[in-house]
Amino acid sequence: MSNPETQRSGRPMLVKTAAPQYHERLSTRSLMWSVTAALLPAAMWGIYVYGLRALLVVLMAVIASAITETLISGSRETLSDGSAILTGLLLGMMLPPAVPFYVVIAAAVFAIGVAKWTFGGLGRNWINPALAGRVFVHFSWTGPMTRWTMPRTLGADSIAGATPLSIVQNAVHEGQALLGGPVAILSSSGFPRSTLDSAVTEWLNLNILTHIGVHLPAGYVDPFVGNVPGAIGEGSALLLLLGTLLLFSRRTISWEIPTAYFAAFVGLSWIVGGLPYGGAAFSGDVLFQLVSGSVIMVMFYVATDPVTSPLTAAGMLVFGAGAGALTFVIRAYGGAAEGAALAVLFMNACTPLINRLTRPRRLGGRRGRTR
Amino acid sequence: MITLPRRPRGGVHPDNRKAVTRSLAIRNAAVPSRCVVPLLQHAGPAAVPVVRVGDRVREGMLIGRAADSTAANVHAPVPGMVSGTTTLTLADERSCEAFVIDLEGEFDRLGKVAEPIDWQRTSVRELLRGIRDNGVVGMSGSGNAVHRKFNLPRAAEIEHLIVNGIENEPYLSADNRLMIEMTDGVLEGTRIAERILRPQRVTIALQKDSTQAIRNLRRRIRERGLDYAVRALPVNYPQGDERLLARAIAGREVSAERETSEIGVIVSSVATVYAVFEAIVYQKPVIERIVTLSGAALRSPANIKVRIGTPIAELIAECGGFVESPEKIVVGGPMMGHTIIDVSTPVTKATTAVLALTATEIYHGAETGCIRCGRCVRACPVGLEPTSLYKMLEHGELDQAQAAGLFECIECGCCGFICPAHIPLVDGLKNGKLAVTRHGGRT
Repeated sequence: MSNPETQRSGRPMLVKTAAPQYHERLSTRSLMWSVTAALLPAAMWGIYVYGLRALLVVLMAVIASAITETLISGSRETLSDGSAILTGLLLGMMLPPAVPFYVVIAAAVFAIGVAKWTFGGLGRNWINPALAGRVFVHFSWTGPMTRWTMPRTLGADSIAGATPLSIVQNAVHEGQALLGGPVAILSSSGFPRSTLDSAVTEWLNLNILTHIGVHLPAGYVDPFVGNVPGAIGEGSALLLLLGTLLLFSRRTISWEIPTAYFAAFVGLSWIVGGLPYGGAAFSGDVLFQLVSGSVIMVMFYVATDPVTSPLTAAGMLVFGAGAGALTFVIRAYGGAAEGAALAVLFMNACTPLINRLTRPRRLGGRRGRTR
Repeated sequence: MITLPRRPRGGVHPDNRKAVTRSLAIRNAAVPSRCVVPLLQHAGPAAVPVVRVGDRVREGMLIGRAADSTAANVHAPVPGMVSGTTTLTLADERSCEAFVIDLEGEFDRLGKVAEPIDWQRTSVRELLRGIRDNGVVGMSGSGNAVHRKFNLPRAAEIEHLIVNGIENEPYLSADNRLMIEMTDGVLEGTRIAERILRPQRVTIALQKDSTQAIRNLRRRIRERGLDYAVRALPVNYPQGDERLLARAIAGREVSAERETSEIGVIVSSVATVYAVFEAIVYQKPVIERIVTLSGAALRSPANIKVRIGTPIAELIAECGGFVESPEKIVVGGPMMGHTIIDVSTPVTKATTAVLALTATEIYHGAETGCIRCGRCVRACPVGLEPTSLYKMLEHGELDQAQAAGLFECIECGCCGFICPAHIPLVDGLKNGKLAVTRHGGRT
């Protein structure tokens, strides 16, 4: 290590820089890659249960995003920040396993080409690119976007009609609501359940829950681990939550958005979520709402996108709470079975307003105003 | 006047790397054979030279007189011959004239036992004159003239005198060593400041991790029967800033455009009160100071007492030179300090540290576009939105930036330090201030 040359002369090659002279071990790139790494377990689970087809969809989404990014930015440089790869991965994980490949490509091109680059690339878009791509193809090719594959762990490797959320929503719309709750509706509709579900539920009840006076009905473990038809990477709440350990321990994402999202969504689901099933207030099936659909994915991985969420802690709380409440409202009263994506999209649009209303208070003064 | 909870706002927790030098006792540097003494070592205009080339000077003799009340006197750090003048650029980019003094003759102070003066009967006016004559400035880097800061209007009422031992720039431990090794000097300097300012309360503020200094101060305060509080604050950068410290201790806020004395608070660093102590009790001008030398490129980091005007290259040699090539040499702390290219740049009254940093320890990253993560907003201790200010300045919206608090920025470096996109936020804001000042000034 020792350099006699510089020692003798005492005049090494020095650089002149402005303060601060050193930096936190943090970069845009490290943020993007840590989110990517956190997503991988859930992606791999999806590929395992939905098969080769799912792998191809995810790969195609990533590659199409990367190519679009390179073509538009005109250099490979912006690719190295990892943001386009992350968008591709997120997008692939939000698509159904059997979706036609042209839909995947259309989604990726829209995500990177329109949502991200019409505003000037990384950091300038107002809407989360992956989310935009997903919503774009959802409304353009609604048929293929709502055809789901049964996971191999449920026995059948075939096209299934619907996700648990949409089965339950149809039942409620058709007035079969007095069945007690979403899990009961699923059971009576003949929705398959794995042996794992009953085994784990039984074990939990016997060894843990009975001591605290709680009984868990069957039917929650499957959606929690990802044994349900759904988007490739959204199924396994368990592995997505595991990934958040990495995000929180590395402070990649702030706690405000997921916490406010969780509180608003769980609160509303619990307080008024039971009403559509003919239940009383404070009887909603919170657990089912949490483990179904894309809530966990959106709450931790999409709503927390720094670019499209507010700047201040207060703003993030407002943003998260708004997204959580809207997710509930769309799920309970909207036309679509899943509301998380649209909810965050709407809050993305509100971000500039939230930023303006939640400016920090300056030292020795009142809330900062720019105009 | 607003009273608020004292939890720090914003701030960052940089890896402080103080362990390297924290336990190293202060040692004396060799007296350099040639000193280069800038006439600008303080805020305000350069001092007016009072000696000429060819003159003989004694140790501690006045060589530059303060041009106005914001400036400070400059003294000869060593006895010798004024062999020339030179124009040099200081670490902070200001340029000024400097006297070159070649060491010769006898020291009046070095190696001699000085007789302490009983200052208890000295009038406040005399004390202020002693501080002024001896060229005492803010020794933690500000360079503000202390006699001016302490010379309050007769009607002013000071509730809090806060002696600042926070020293929260990473790597730095000179103030910490001063509190440990010269506890009595720091306390005596505090008593002098107390006599001048007549505050209702005196608080010495430190960070919790300065355990030995806290212990020593508390013990000596008890033994001497003084009524000073020692407050150990949680570690957070940049709470050593005087307005942030006033908020933490007194619970009062004042914006960067006003003085803390307007809310009844005076903050003075431990190094400054120690210089006051030496100026009054030993009538010693500021001709030396304690400097932390650290950084991974340096063979043996140290806390060194060094004559003003010593070329930095000699300090580096004093520490055994480099073990590897530094990427940059920083004068001051890493958060607010300046880099130098010319290692013959001299130590001034404002030089708290010299850091030789390697490429691996500065963690330089490529700049990307802003990802609007808000980390800079959370980190800003004065409640600004650095990213928004930066973008306004990029677009030349000077008026808007000013309205958004540009001049309240204290340039602490938190935003630039934390920014994952590695955007030079602090530099952008500093340049913005300059641009506003140039374009018809502030509104």
